[in-house]
Amino acid sequence: MGDVMLQEAISVAASLMLLISFALLAQHRLLSVLHWFAAQGVVLALTTLLVAVISGHNELYFSALMTLLLKGALLPWLLWRIIRKMHVHREVEPLVNMPVTMFIALTLVLVCFYVALPIERMSQLVTHNTLAIAMATVFLSMLMMITRKKAITQVIGFLSIENALFFTAIGATHGMPMIVELGVAFDVLIAAIIFGLFFTHMRSTFDSLDLDVIQEKSKR
Amino acid sequence: MIDSALFLAICAMSTSLFASLLSPCIGRFPALQRLSVSLLLAVSGALAMAAGLFGLNSSEAVITLPIGLPWLPMHLHLDALSAFFMLTIGVLLLPVGIYSVGYLKEIVAKNGSIQQMGLFLPLFALGMQGVVLADDAYTFMVFWEIMSLASYFLVTFEHEDEATRKAGFLYLLMAHLAGLLILGAFSVLYAAAGDFSFVAMRNAELSPGMATAAFLLAAFGFGMKAGVVPLHVWLPDAHSAAPSNASALMSGIMLKVAIFGFIRLIWDLVGMHEFVWWWGALVLAAGSSSAITGILMALQQHDLKRLLAYSSVENVGIILIGLGLAMTFAASGHPLIAVLGMIAALYHTINHALFKGMLFMGAGAVMHATGSRDMESMGGLIHRMPVTAVFVLIACISISGLPPFNGFVSEWLTFQTALLTPHLENTLLAALIPFSASMLALAGALAAVCFVKLFGIVFQGQARSTAAAEAHEVDGWMKAGMAIPALFCLLLGVLPTLFIPLIESVPQMLIHTSLSGSVQPENWLWLTPVNADRASYAAPMMLFGMLIFAALIYWRLHGRGKRILRGPVWSCGHAQLNPRMQYTSTSFSQPLKRIFSGAYLPEVHEGTRYGTHPLVVRTVVYAVYIGDLFYRRLYLPIGRITQIIADRVAHEHERGMHAYLAYIFSTILLLLLWVVQ
Repeated sequence: MGDVMLQEAISVAASLMLLISFALLAQHRLLSVLHWFAAQGVVLALTTLLVAVISGHNELYFSALMTLLLKGALLPWLLWRIIRKMHVHREVEPLVNMPVTMFIALTLVLVCFYVALPIERMSQLVTHNTLAIAMATVFLSMLMMITRKKAITQVIGFLSIENALFFTAIGATHGMPMIVELGVAFDVLIAAIIFGLFFTHMRSTFDSLDLDVIQEKSKR
Repeated sequence: MIDSALFLAICAMSTSLFASLLSPCIGRFPALQRLSVSLLLAVSGALAMAAGLFGLNSSEAVITLPIGLPWLPMHLHLDALSAFFMLTIGVLLLPVGIYSVGYLKEIVAKNGSIQQMGLFLPLFALGMQGVVLADDAYTFMVFWEIMSLASYFLVTFEHEDEATRKAGFLYLLMAHLAGLLILGAFSVLYAAAGDFSFVAMRNAELSPGMATAAFLLAAFGFGMKAGVVPLHVWLPDAHSAAPSNASALMSGIMLKVAIFGFIRLIWDLVGMHEFVWWWGALVLAAGSSSAITGILMALQQHDLKRLLAYSSVENVGIILIGLGLAMTFAASGHPLIAVLGMIAALYHTINHALFKGMLFMGAGAVMHATGSRDMESMGGLIHRMPVTAVFVLIACISISGLPPFNGFVSEWLTFQTALLTPHLENTLLAALIPFSASMLALAGALAAVCFVKLFGIVFQGQARSTAAAEAHEVDGWMKAGMAIPALFCLLLGVLPTLFIPLIESVPQMLIHTSLSGSVQPENWLWLTPVNADRASYAAPMMLFGMLIFAALIYWRLHGRGKRILRGPVWSCGHAQLNPRMQYTSTSFSQPLKRIFSGAYLPEVHEGTRYGTHPLVVRTVVYAVYIGDLFYRRLYLPIGRITQIIADRVAHEHERGMHAYLAYIFSTILLLLLWVVQ
């Protein structure tokens, strides 16, 4: 009985992930993007916790804690500091306007459900119905990278892809081995720090974090 | 114990190889180099001829030489088909070798060195002989590429000239494309046989799809090399850019080697039992279009060698019409008629090697006497170069398909084959063949016009330039070089009844049917394909009748002690005739240009320049350009479209990061969808 409850809870968490991905796409302000990104980290940690309860893998509790600290707090804080320092917390500048982006995103989710059908049929795992949503989250994050101009949004998109992949791994296989997870977490942290350095340099070299401007200037 | 014919053939190849290796060593003695290379070539030609003659009479001989890759020795063989083409090669290589002794002297005098020629001319001959003898796909391709590359260096012999370099590049491009297609055809056969040797390929079972793929690849590959319309654009440029002895070999033999490759691959390796009815129709259509396009373009040329090059396109077309007829009849179960078509094609193959070789040698003689390729600056050369004129006249009569020379025999045989169409059940083919026969007839008539023009403009009338007026006859070597094919032209024209039984072993090998009985010449005098009350031709009697007729005319004019009066040329009452009043080559072909203007699409440039007053006309310009229609309408658009696509792609490369992200994104999405399918 409790198992069914937990499964339902995971489904709820999955739909929350998807919802947050849409929210990430729909934001106009950079700071709110960051807030939603932090929320995504928290939901991810919650999902991990739920899966840990269902499957009884003790490692996953630790994993959930780490996710919460790293993705729910540390990374958003690092990015928030950069935004503060660079004064780029103005509007998100989309290449494609919002309604069209939303429409593309909806189509992508449908495609992902279609693609996941044969896999769901084969899978015996408790979390199998989350797979399509996980895939959709990856694609939505990619879509965010494609349709935004600012370098910071691209980085958030990139980290959000990582979140989505993590979610997929948890949904599909009850999480990766502990050592892999530790490695990935460390990589992401290092990446965030390097991105921060890059932003500083890009800013001082090109006077902007707008990719179009950077390309225009680097051509000259 | 090695077969004697094959031994002779390998001797011929070794002689060619030796000549090309020797040439660079004695480069410091141009006279010795010229003499040794040319004469060794002639010897190689003579050996090839002997090998061919013996080989046609003996059974297949095979040898494996331990040359090449360690696990892939070189297989050579000499069967009837190889022997026939060996004969074709030898029959032209011998006179060209002799001719080169004199011709290279001029080149040494002009260029100072013949290093390039001395190395690549024998290598070119070696390549052609090797292709013919090859018994596995690997050997075939190696020699094929030797032939292509060596001829490229011959084409670019006068590389100081920009146009020559361009012609060379186009030639190299097309040759490589052709090589690629041929390699594709062999790959298909290899996939079926699992081995490179021709024996395995011959015995392999092909599925219909594979057979068709092999046929199409071979048809386009060899067709490109043979200069079949619309793959012929390299040919006029390359043949006119090359030195005359090289273009004689290229036009005379290299195109034939491509025909050989086609016959070897399609008739021998794929085999007759695999034929589909439309294969023959395709070859027939290609042949007809080549014949008519080639001769129409030849008519409008005023560059002597371009004219000859386009005429080669026409003759390859005639050969292909014969082959196409043979394929059609073979596919529809009439092997006997197929044999006749095959013999017609082979007969024309050797004929064209002879008279086109002779014409190119004649063109070389004329060019070295007048220093120009432009027919508009020649004229009246019959007085200055009487011997060359006679030989060129013989070649012109032969190529126009007039008795008693050889061109008539092969074209007549082709017509006889085409006239047997009513035996076909397939109505589409039965309708197509008369059409190509009429194309062939039209091409024959136009060829006559074309060569009347060539002979009339170059050799008759008055000299149009001082160079032409002061031209001098060529030396004995060059004369001898032209005399040999002239003799063969006459022999093949008068004695087809002796030659046809000799080459009959080729169709016997490929179609497994013999002419003997119904089509065999009844005796040495009458050539009767099909049967006697249908059609027959007695070449010796024709010659005899012509001689009597000529004697009668001579007797009427000069007999009974009539004195020959020599006076001024009749000038229609005009006080003074000058060379510019004559027909030019352009004006001679003008009526045909008018008639076929739909095919030529001439570009007319007109303009008048006025002086100070609008009534004072300073100059009037009228120029007509006739380019190759296929080049303008097919090749240039293809080039342009490729350029546009390339530009687009290049533009895509310059897109920003977002575009690249989008590419990755859509690729992943498509792959996912593809996996799910």
